[in-house]
Amino acid sequence: MSGDHTGTDAAIAAQVRHVEALLEERGLVDPKELDRAMEAFLAKANPDNGARLVARAWLDPAFHHRLLTDASTALTEIGLSMGGGLQEQRLKVVANTPTTHNVIVCTLCSCYPVALLGPSPTWYKSEAYRSRVVRDPRSVLAEFDFHLPPTTTITVWDANAETRFMVIPQRPKNTDNLDEHALANLVTRNGLIGVAPL
Amino acid sequence: MPDLFAPGDRVRTTNLDPPHHTRVPRYARGAPGVVVEVEGHHPLADDRARGLPTTPQPVYAVRFTARDLFGEGDHSVTLAVWETHLRAEP
Repeated sequence: MSGDHTGTDAAIAAQVRHVEALLEERGLVDPKELDRAMEAFLAKANPDNGARLVARAWLDPAFHHRLLTDASTALTEIGLSMGGGLQEQRLKVVANTPTTHNVIVCTLCSCYPVALLGPSPTWYKSEAYRSRVVRDPRSVLAEFDFHLPPTTTITVWDANAETRFMVIPQRPKNTDNLDEHALANLVTRNGLIGVAPL
Repeated sequence: MPDLFAPGDRVRTTNLDPPHHTRVPRYARGAPGVVVEVEGHHPLADDRARGLPTTPQPVYAVRFTARDLFGEGDHSVTLAVWETHLRAEP
């Protein structure tokens, strides 16, 4: 496993600031340009995007199917994209059922669908989560106070390469009368990672 | 070059411990698994990290049982593996 990113954030941040200062000093980058790019990206990168996808999938079985088979195309149907970074990333969406549960990790570093979930939480980048959830997901989920029955099969998706993952949580009971907007409001970031029920 | 593997194929990861960056995590070296799907075609990250020239090759989603990876557990782990790092498993 690569290093503990939580412990080296400060050193990396200092390096990034130094490189940024050199680029600006030599006139290679307009200082405002970087800020504008970051602000534009983060303004759109929000877990509300993932929640909209999930609510639509709960209501529309055909969309649900398209999301599971070709998520990168399906998400454009509601005006979303995985772009914004250096390259557009492939999205894979996996759905929880009464008997199967999915949970996302990046054991390599911190790969995460930022465009759909917003910036990742600190624990997602911790060495403890990254090393333990692949080995013993049931115990790690229990530490999130999420207790799955022993009969539920767990699949861990390690985002170690070019694909980013998102989970469709199970739709909560007694929500038949809710519209898409109200359903989206029930969806949490941790539910989209697979570490919390809704 | 056509893809060497297809969904359902049994494969095994190479068991190497190179002195440079690799996308085969230590926990999955030399492990048997089953191809779930072709994720796409991408340059080998192990070579890119060293500044070597690369051409795209298939990257597969491969499912491993916890038992095969860790000797215990009832879950599975799905991981992306470049074709270079896979061998056909009888």
